Amino acid sequence: MKQATEREQLTRTDELPIVLTEEARKFTEEVIRRSGERVDWCYQCGKCTAGCPVAFAMDIEPSRIMRLVQLGQGERVLKSKAIWLCVGCQTCTTRCPQEIDPAKVMDTLREMALEKEFAADKEVVTFFRSFLDNIQRYGRVFEPTLVLQYNLRSGHLLQDADKGPLMLFKGKLPLRPSRNGAIVRKIFDALGGRRQ
Amino acid sequence: MTAYAYFPGCSAHGTAKEYDRSTQSVCAKLGIELEEIPDWVCCGASPAHAVNHLLSLALVAKNLDLSPSDTIVTGCAACYNRFKTAIHALQHDRPLWEQVKQIVQPTKLNGRDFRVFHLLEVIHEFGLEGVKERVTKPLKGLKVACYYGCLLVRPPKVMAFDDPDNPKKMDELIAAVGAEPVEWEFKTECCGAFHAVPHPEIVLRLTSNILRAAKDAGADVVSVACPMCQINLDLRQLDIQKRHKVTFNMPVLYFTQLLGLALGISEGELGFDRLIIDPRPILREKGLV
Repeated sequence: MKQATEREQLTRTDELPIVLTEEARKFTEEVIRRSGERVDWCYQCGKCTAGCPVAFAMDIEPSRIMRLVQLGQGERVLKSKAIWLCVGCQTCTTRCPQEIDPAKVMDTLREMALEKEFAADKEVVTFFRSFLDNIQRYGRVFEPTLVLQYNLRSGHLLQDADKGPLMLFKGKLPLRPSRNGAIVRKIFDALGGRRQ
Repeated sequence: MTAYAYFPGCSAHGTAKEYDRSTQSVCAKLGIELEEIPDWVCCGASPAHAVNHLLSLALVAKNLDLSPSDTIVTGCAACYNRFKTAIHALQHDRPLWEQVKQIVQPTKLNGRDFRVFHLLEVIHEFGLEGVKERVTKPLKGLKVACYYGCLLVRPPKVMAFDDPDNPKKMDELIAAVGAEPVEWEFKTECCGAFHAVPHPEIVLRLTSNILRAAKDAGADVVSVACPMCQINLDLRQLDIQKRHKVTFNMPVLYFTQLLGLALGISEGELGFDRLIIDPRPILREKGLV
């Protein structure tokens, strides 16, 4: 067999310098499989973080989330606030030079976090739950009870309390909810009644 | 012309009634026929896809099944994005499609090829010349910052709406009715979307930046094509004043309200009085109301 050139030696991939534990590897593989996104292609250019409108508020920026996923650091990723702060604006997805969809990866990470009952950002999780309960009940969003339910569950009782009367005065609040709840409930039931 | 199936989206019956109404009157004026999808339900918005992929697809599939036409239009950028994203995913993943069919049990979905448009596209497609011909009150002297937000344009591979960095469709429509679209850099910056509830401070920061950029570009008003963007940019100006002591006093109108004004639709029908920052003083100053 021909002697490997220096370059071939340098680019060997059968023994990568980073050795993942079995558990770490399983996490990386699960994220790739469920999201359909090749997170392992990320080479840390940082474009996603640079363009992210909410990176300033995150505990771990998007590019570092991607790196931690590559390294199989499941617990750190799933317990981060960052995955809940991602607002789904798709700027990262639009700009990634490796054509990875980080926003989709964030969706997958949130699903996985909830399955493990991690909810590092209580406010966002409470809002999502209140929203999904609301559409299960009425079929369409009914803002008055959505805000009320969020305030009660989150403990931010008076949040936007000043806006209610103004919105009502401006005719911006519906007075009656839709009656299409049964249609949406059927879909939730078919999904195994998972309320998430 | 065949009728479009109209998906109003939840906000149209609540915080964005004036968008729904001005949409209907502008379309009637232009002879664009809308037929509301009977018994439509919420598209799931951000919360559904954020925590349950299948749910987000199933909610869109349900609405498609209810739709009287294969050509659908919505005025909400978020609904538009959810519809296009779900259709894209289902078209490219057969096993996923079978799974969603199990959940939704559709009766009228097979073999249909849906096309989903945002209202901006439909009116733009109707034709700038056609719109121009019907103008009775050109919006002369009104400087408008056209704000598109995230979900109309991103991700471009799925949305294929316009230039994702510098979209022009709304600017062209606004120019067609005689107003002056301003050049500015924040057309597709994020308003913070649903964080208005769980993390209002994020929305205040992002909307402040957008409103400041519009003001710096010399805009009299901001024009939007999404109820979520509208409420974040309009209503939250009250909190920006209270907490950051900055007053923008920048009216944020739906593009249909501006088109409607130029097409001679009455003020009452366009619902200017429903907006939080009242646009009438600046419109009066320009001699438009």
